[in-house]
Parts: sequence; C-alpha cells; structure tokens
Amino acid sequence: MVPNVSQLIPTEDNLIGWILQIAWLGFFVVFMFYGQRFQIYVMLREIEGSLRRLKYIKDEGRKDAISTINELGKPKEDPTARVDQFLEYIAISPMNMDPSGIVWKLEHILDVRDTRFEDDVKLMAPEADETQIKNLENTLEATLALNYIYKVVRHFYMLGKKTLSLYVIMQLQMVLPLVMKEAEALSSALKAFTYGQPIGDGAGALVAAKLMQGHEKRKIAKDIVVATVPIEGRKAYVLKAEGPGGNLGKPGEAIKQILEENGGKIATIVVIDAAQKLEGEKPGDVAEGVGVAIGGPGVEQFKAEETILKYKIPVNAVVIKEDIRDAVSPLRKEIFEAANTAINRIKRLILERTKEGDAVIIAGIGNTIGIGQ
Amino acid sequence: MGETKTPRRISTFFLAIIAVTLALSIVAIFSGVNAYLDENTGTAYPSLLIGASGLALSAYMLLQTRRRTSQFTIKMQPVNTTLLCQKCGFKNLREFQRGDYIFKEAEECPKCKEKMQINSIYREAEEKE
Repeated sequence: MVPNVSQLIPTEDNLIGWILQIAWLGFFVVFMFYGQRFQIYVMLREIEGSLRRLKYIKDEGRKDAISTINELGKPKEDPTARVDQFLEYIAISPMNMDPSGIVWKLEHILDVRDTRFEDDVKLMAPEADETQIKNLENTLEATLALNYIYKVVRHFYMLGKKTLSLYVIMQLQMVLPLVMKEAEALSSALKAFTYGQPIGDGAGALVAAKLMQGHEKRKIAKDIVVATVPIEGRKAYVLKAEGPGGNLGKPGEAIKQILEENGGKIATIVVIDAAQKLEGEKPGDVAEGVGVAIGGPGVEQFKAEETILKYKIPVNAVVIKEDIRDAVSPLRKEIFEAANTAINRIKRLILERTKEGDAVIIAGIGNTIGIGQ
Repeated sequence: MGETKTPRRISTFFLAIIAVTLALSIVAIFSGVNAYLDENTGTAYPSLLIGASGLALSAYMLLQTRRRTSQFTIKMQPVNTTLLCQKCGFKNLREFQRGDYIFKEAEECPKCKEKMQINSIYREAEEKE
C-alpha cells in the first residue's frame, strides 16, 4: 500500500505524529539559530585533521633531521636541544619605510643568517664534511619551514576555536589545501636533502653542469663556479652554484663579476632556471623569454639586473616548468630529460642572437644539491 | 618546542544533538513497528522511513566525529642512479646510495675496468599529471 503522507499531520489520537512534528519544528529552530555554529564545528574538524597531519609531517622531519645529524656528524652530545632551538630561529626583514638601499640591507641579513646556520650546523655535526654540512643546512631549513607552517596553522585554528569566528576559521579552511601542498612538498624535500639527492629546483644548475663538464672551473663569487666553454664558435661563461652540496650561491654577483671582467663586452646572457608550472602544464616543459630568471628573495636578481642595465646587454630566460612539489622533491625523469631540451634551446638562441667569436654568459640557477660539475 | 593540548574529541553540544536525533529515530521506528503490527500502514511506513533516516544520520555523525587514528605515512619514491662508462659505453642502473651525485666518478666498469661516472639521478614519478 502506498503511504499517505497526509496521515503525518497529527490528529488527536496520533501522539507519535505530534512528537515528530514538535521535534522537526525544534530542529528547524535549532538550525535557524545554530546553523552557523554547526558549520564552524564541521570546518574546525576539517582543520583539526589537517593540523594532525601537519604535526606528523613536522615531527617526522625533526626526527629525520636529528637522526641524519647523528649519523653524519657524529656529535659527542645529543643534538636534540640544539635542533629544537634552531627550529625557532627567526630572521627579521629590514625596515622598508625608506626603501632606498633595502636590497643591500636584506643581502646583509641573509648573509648573516647563512653564516649563522652554517656555524650552528658545524657545531651540531662536527664530523660532517662540507657537502654534508650544506645538505644538513638544507635539511634543517626545510624542518624549520615545516615547524613554522604548523605553528601558524595551529595559531589560527586555536584563535578560531577561541573566538568561534566564522571568518577566521573560513579563511584558514580555504587556504589549507595550498598550505598542505606546500607542507607535503617540504616533507619530500627533507627526504631528498637528508640523502643528498638532486631536486627539481636544480634543473638550471643541471643544464650548466652538463655544459661545463670536462672544462676547467674557477670560483667567481660566493659558492659559484664558472667555466669557459666554446659553444657554436662563441666563448661561453657557464656558471652554476658549487655542488654537490645543497647550494644556491650568489649568481647575481657572479654575473656582475664576469661583466666587469669583460668590460661589459658580452653579446647576450642566458639565464636558466626552474619555474612554477600552472595546473595543466606538463612538468619538464621548456619555455623561453626575456629577463633575469633568478628566484629567491630578489637580491641576486636585482644585482644582475643592475649590472645588465649598466652595459645594456640583452638578457634571455630559459625556464623548465615544474610544480612546487617537483621543485623540492628528488629530480623527476621528465625534468632531468628537459635539461637536454634546454641545452638545445640555448644553442639555438646563441646561434640566432650572437655572432661567431662573441662572448656570452650562461647562468644555471637553482639548488645544486646532488649535482657536481 | 611548544606543543598544543590534544583537542577534545567532540563538543557536548554536538553530542547532545546526536543523542536527540538517535532517541527520536528509535521512537519513530518503535512507533512504526507498532503501527505496522496494528495494520496501520499509513502511519507505519512514514514512521519507519523517518526513523531509519534519523538513525543513519546520527550514525554518520557519530562516525564522523570519531577520531581517526594517525596513519599518515610519507612515501619515499625510489630514486635511481645511472652509471655510464665513458670508454665502452657500459650502462649500469642501480638504486640511489647516499653520497651519489651527478658527474661523480664511481666504481670501475665491469667490462673495461675504467672508472664509470654517474650520468643521471632521477625518480620516475608515479602520479599522473
């Protein structure tokens, strides 16, 4: 028999109908007044899940860092306390109310930070060699970043919970997928750094390393090596960060040095770097353009641009596309193979844009961990 | 490193809502069964339907609020090292070992006894783009 819905309307002898009606009415009223609160609880629960995952990632990172320090550095004392202290390290950006000269102030702060990190790592891991020290520095920096992400998310989670403000919680919930993606990328980076594996960010350095293979190298700036390589009848100054330790060096400074050495007589500059791909683009796609493709805080890009402008030299960019996860994870096959495509592009560019006998600069940018020269 | 207190599993308010839904659902099912036994199918079917829906909803809410055990893992993708003999072209692929780096001089070539060189280090990504 088909149920008659009209029978749900309470009659005098239908007590259950009455109870249900009142209950539904109650529900309606409760949801009308507390609907937003339910939404808040659901969002808080979602954030709580991500926070637990972040905590796990951060704790694993810390454990990995400590065990690697113990393994490579053979410290006499337990490095745990020192690592924990390192994870709370802060670097204060220079005041920007009067932005004139801020680049040099920022460069100084970054230099001091790098020296401090290196000294701390040397104290934590006295037996580690130079390459291992660089890799440990990278490992600790990734752990520090993970710790910071966890603490910021926890801060907004607790703030949202305390104030029950939909807007605080909603903002956190909306941005959380991107934050989690970054945290997961850093966790992959950590594994790569502890083992000293090449990462996607080193694509530019790999291109330079392939070009300078078998040629004499010399140090030109802090942690940067350069080789003079004959390419298609041109004299190419190929530079990259000194590997195989995790190093970025000062490529802007190196470009400046080479330009000064040659009195600005450089026909063109080609800068190769890894670039963030957009969703839908393939990892390892190579794109060309103009400009100084140097990432990071901007100091090196600024320095290179200043000198390039002084001598009015055309500057070309060749980028290898990859996403944030690939950039800090062990080098994937597609990106490794893209290095050869980039080399072909560079050669074509040099042939088209310069004359035989000209001098050119080829700068491979990126973290050179796991890449020699 | 400062750690947060473990968050409470479920709020009392939320628990109360689940309890009320559960109680109402049980009452609805009970009355539905009674009405069915009295051959009052017009009341029985809607009551059973409401009861079952309420029961499913409260069970779902309870399951949702249960703390999931932390079973997160960080998967390491295998990274391979390719060694190449510059003299005879012999290629050897092996798993990455700590200390390997691209262009490092590695072990002897089993064919011509020349030093081999690490030619590539990469992982084959499993995820699809």
